[in-house]
Amino acid sequence: MRNTCLNQVHALAKRDERVVFIGSDLSPGLLADMKREMPDRWYMEGITEQNVVGMAAGFAMEGFIPYVNTIATFITRRCYEQVAVDLCLHDLPVRLIGNGGGLVYAPLGPTHLAIEDIAIMRALPNMAVVAVCDAQEMQAFMNVSLGWPHPIYIRLAKGGDPVVSRKENGFAIGKAIPMRRARARRPVVLMATGVMTTNSLAAAELLEREGIDAAVLHIHTVKPLDEAAVLEHAAGAALVVTVEEGVGIGGLGSAVTDLLVEKLGTGLPAMRRIALPDAFPHHYGVQDDLFDMFGLTPRQIAATVGAALKAKDLVA
Amino acid sequence: MDSLVKPLERTAAVELDARSLYLRRLVVRALEGGERGHIGSSMSLIEILRVLYDDVLRFRAADPRWPARDRMILSKGHGCLALYAVLADKGFFSLDTLDTFCRRDSILGGHPEAGKVPGVEASTGALGHGLSVGLGMALAVRVRKSDSRIFVVTGDGEINEGSVWEAAMCAGKHGVSNLTAIVDYNKIQSAGPTREIQDLEPLADKWRAFGFAVAEVDGHDVDALRDVFGQVPLTAGRPTAIICHTVKGKGIPFAENDANWHHKAKIGADVVARMYGALE
Repeated sequence: MRNTCLNQVHALAKRDERVVFIGSDLSPGLLADMKREMPDRWYMEGITEQNVVGMAAGFAMEGFIPYVNTIATFITRRCYEQVAVDLCLHDLPVRLIGNGGGLVYAPLGPTHLAIEDIAIMRALPNMAVVAVCDAQEMQAFMNVSLGWPHPIYIRLAKGGDPVVSRKENGFAIGKAIPMRRARARRPVVLMATGVMTTNSLAAAELLEREGIDAAVLHIHTVKPLDEAAVLEHAAGAALVVTVEEGVGIGGLGSAVTDLLVEKLGTGLPAMRRIALPDAFPHHYGVQDDLFDMFGLTPRQIAATVGAALKAKDLVA
Repeated sequence: MDSLVKPLERTAAVELDARSLYLRRLVVRALEGGERGHIGSSMSLIEILRVLYDDVLRFRAADPRWPARDRMILSKGHGCLALYAVLADKGFFSLDTLDTFCRRDSILGGHPEAGKVPGVEASTGALGHGLSVGLGMALAVRVRKSDSRIFVVTGDGEINEGSVWEAAMCAGKHGVSNLTAIVDYNKIQSAGPTREIQDLEPLADKWRAFGFAVAEVDGHDVDALRDVFGQVPLTAGRPTAIICHTVKGKGIPFAENDANWHHKAKIGADVVARMYGALE
């Protein structure tokens, strides 16, 4: 996913002379071809996140479309004021590409775990937040990213993630994709973002074996939220379950809940929110270990759904 | 350049001419309208901005987004009263607009907003942002092979921010000779003297160490400012830093060099009258 994303920056730059790449202190030789072909549109500025974001704003004010890349925690937390003021207040078309969204950097510990990136980026006016589910979808997203006139936070997954997206679904920023449809009159609806869509699809398979019919709505754009799709899927659902690789505070589950409360008032569906707890993870291992620790594996997601249905005495 | 690189601890007692007094009266006019404002921080800036707009910058007031313009970012956004006075004087908007300062529907807030105030390039107020934004602009116009120049005016307290030095390091690396940082060095930040709060010295050496060509000048001496700004870039292939030694509150004797006048709210008619009295 990361390679696809960055290679696409180069491809976009060939297509559109407004595209600029700005990195902090990334891998040696990163986008070396781009650097060679267009040295005045490739920048590696060192560990200066505040400066990098401000610099990107200056480029964008002059009509360029900068794609900025560094580790997710640093591109969000370290320069939050620059993101808020330089990018969002000016509503500039800068793209922030965050490596290692969520629990990807499990072995590196809590300083490198982007657990609240979606929440804090989503809180900023004008910012779009996108977490695609695989490399193929990343390709589709990057193709349309040029035309979005506002800032975008792009959360990258681990890389080498299983491809579950389908080209025929197309891609539009802000348009959720039904990845699995249910036949039941009152189905379970799993709403997920990023690679949690992959885990939710696998969970739906497990649920099917137990006779539970679950739809999966892939919300690759957490902001702006596809309100119509969320409302349509929530209507008549026996249970709505949001699944995300991030803290519950302010994330996808929060966005969906906010919308349902605002639009449905008293007619709210039964809900469960599967997310990370309000705590810094203090274990290492690999991403899958932390998924397991925090209930994000397909089996655990299915179990949470089953338990919720049982507790509510709901039929799916 | 050697004649310009002199450490100046204080500005000479520069006599303000009629135009400097007039621009300061415009600041007081806005203060009167808003009954508040960053007085000390604006008064120290007047000659810097006056000379930039009178003699240095290429711009069209009727077409603020003219692509060939030079860009001026007031990174110390709290000094906006001085910028508003100069922009109004130049015809970016009417002088009457100054009377609406900080009112609910005014375009003129306590910090300047791009897209709202004609002539304001970037919304500032959060400190330490302008130099990075200016660097991005400087690189962008260089890519486009435009000869526009970028001037970023910072405060002295402002450059406590680490982000300024990140930007300086990168500007030095890129050798952007179309970028000039101007420091309004009035030696007093909000909490008190810069020497006590966060000493910046040796300030010229710091900029030099980051790859800038540096000059120091009396920031109220219009001829000296004209001279040094006219020589930018001071060295080919390098960004420029011009340290302007100024007096906080310059022109208002009871506010000069007094941290208590960094910002004032609830400014009454009596204070306004005393200010006008000082500026006749």
